[in-house]
Amino acid sequence: MLDAATVTDRIEHILEAHQGMEGPLLPILHAVQAEFGHVPQSALPGIAKALNLSKAEVHGVVSFYHDFREAPAGRHVLKLCRAEACQAMGADRVAAHAQKALGIDWHGTTSNGAVTLEPVFCLGLCACGPAAMLDGKPIGRCDEARVDDLIAEARA
Amino acid sequence: MKIYIPLDTVAVALGADDIVAAIEVEAARRGVSVEIVRNGSHGMVWLEPLVEVVTPSGRTGFGPFTLADVPALFADLAAHPKALGPVADLPWMQGQTRLTFARVGIVDPLSLTEYEALGGLTGLRRALALPKADIVAEVTASGLRGRGGAGFPTGIKWKTVSEAVADRKYIVCNADEGDSATFADRMLMEGDPFTLIEGMVIAGLATGATKGFVYIRSEYPVAIRVMESACTVAQQAGVLGDSVLGTGPAFDIEIRVGAGAYVCGEETSLLNSLEGKRGVVRAKPPLPALEGFMGKPTVVNNVISLATIPVIFERGAEFYKDFGLGRSRGTIPLQIAGNVRFGGLYETAFGLTLGQIVDDIAGGCASGRPVKAVQVGGPLGAYHPRSDFATPFGYEEFAGQGGLIGHAGLTVFDDSADMLKQARFAMEFCAIESCGKCTPCRIGAVRGVETIDRIAKGDAAAIPLLTDLCNTMKAGSLCALGGFTPYPVMSALTHFPDDFAPMKEAAE
Repeated sequence: MLDAATVTDRIEHILEAHQGMEGPLLPILHAVQAEFGHVPQSALPGIAKALNLSKAEVHGVVSFYHDFREAPAGRHVLKLCRAEACQAMGADRVAAHAQKALGIDWHGTTSNGAVTLEPVFCLGLCACGPAAMLDGKPIGRCDEARVDDLIAEARA
Repeated sequence: MKIYIPLDTVAVALGADDIVAAIEVEAARRGVSVEIVRNGSHGMVWLEPLVEVVTPSGRTGFGPFTLADVPALFADLAAHPKALGPVADLPWMQGQTRLTFARVGIVDPLSLTEYEALGGLTGLRRALALPKADIVAEVTASGLRGRGGAGFPTGIKWKTVSEAVADRKYIVCNADEGDSATFADRMLMEGDPFTLIEGMVIAGLATGATKGFVYIRSEYPVAIRVMESACTVAQQAGVLGDSVLGTGPAFDIEIRVGAGAYVCGEETSLLNSLEGKRGVVRAKPPLPALEGFMGKPTVVNNVISLATIPVIFERGAEFYKDFGLGRSRGTIPLQIAGNVRFGGLYETAFGLTLGQIVDDIAGGCASGRPVKAVQVGGPLGAYHPRSDFATPFGYEEFAGQGGLIGHAGLTVFDDSADMLKQARFAMEFCAIESCGKCTPCRIGAVRGVETIDRIAKGDAAAIPLLTDLCNTMKAGSLCALGGFTPYPVMSALTHFPDDFAPMKEAAE
């Protein structure tokens, strides 16, 4: 667990780096998530104070966007595209296969903490679907066999 | 030996980075010196990764390239099993009119020298010598309309911002390209970022804005990286900064990253997000052109609209306007996706029919099965059956068929598609992505999923209810998310009634 003093200290650095920026909250939240792997609750009061917002307003922004996590993800994040162009190439089938192989539903994390499975709506790989992303690395033509490889890679 | 291997996300997703590494290893082993340039993609996705080698007779293509094809690259190139000849001579490239995408795939995306050698900054230099009103007039005369999907005349938007009186104005580039089947913004930013920068600078000159933002979705890490690097190069070269090219006013650009909310592609929601708020849609009026970012006059344009500005100033409004049909002037980068043999980006004048695009250019379905439906314009666009294939590609022409061209993405489905399932997905997507501000969208989408589930169970009485709900969403929603979700739903219901037939499941 992160102790509150460490969080406060690191948040101070992030806030300093964003001084003078117009509309800095999203860049700050991205930086916080890059630092901690999620946006810890204990980070909100400091951010709110620096931006002259209420803690509720900051919480409202964090919870609005799919990207921001309130708890850490697994060691690897596998995103599978659920959008139409990938559906036309069998994305639903591939997603069902991945869920079964991992034993988790969307947004779930395997019990050993290795893999978090997330839906994504379009990676811009619409002419080589089904598309996937493993820890930020894009993957095209991701069929069932490829998903098995990715899962093996993530579990290793 | 000079080799081009794309940095485009598509090429990377199909193994380009591994191929770069393998070529470097093989070259070192053979003691051959290679220079590898990471270019943009030419847009032929079925040939990616598309490797090009510079030969005495020009650039020769090889693709789709695999690791096994690496050693043969150092032997007789003409005998290489993946040899394609000069890329520019391929039929896919020959058929296009590349104006906005003229340099994509050809240049090193971060070389300002190569950019200028192929016409870059010519338009900006011309604009620098013109009064504001003349710049706006040129854009209006070109007939350019918003390529993000709404099709609003770009020149009129610029005129409103230009004539507004304020201490600060902004240019906001909407690069939140969330529609499935669209990737033109991504390809442009990854393959020729200076074109977008130049377009934004010209927009600044035309309106008196001194600050620009590019709001890029977080799902596009490569585009974010390339745009950030390109802005740094442009700042160092004086294209951006206190005085544009040393003679103009100040203009600078900041890259901002979205956070996974589809609705932020809607301009007012994007502005709220940029200000650090929840990406909730704003009621209009006030128009963003008068009260946009931080309440100041703001141009919000799509990537492709802004990236088309340089060629309009380089070659003239008349040149651009001569392409197209009806009120759809110029060229449009078609993005052909889904279940197709030949998918990718194809820039052409407006006016090809849907059938020409799907049957001739895309070559039908990758699965070899018949085409059942084509969704045009992303998740909020209609599903078109074959009977719509004579429709020419243009804003009004597709509106006349109960659809829209949107950002010009086309998703092709074969006959295994279940259109009830597609309609249900449209409602489910709207429910997930709704910002929650207006009731028809927030509640309607949830009820829509339930109503379609009733139809799937054989409840025919739910069909008129779904139609009624779609009318309410269409007429009562604040933005296109709730307002256009009825397009895919109603087109599926109207054109493919068999998929909604009562007791469908029992019959199967």
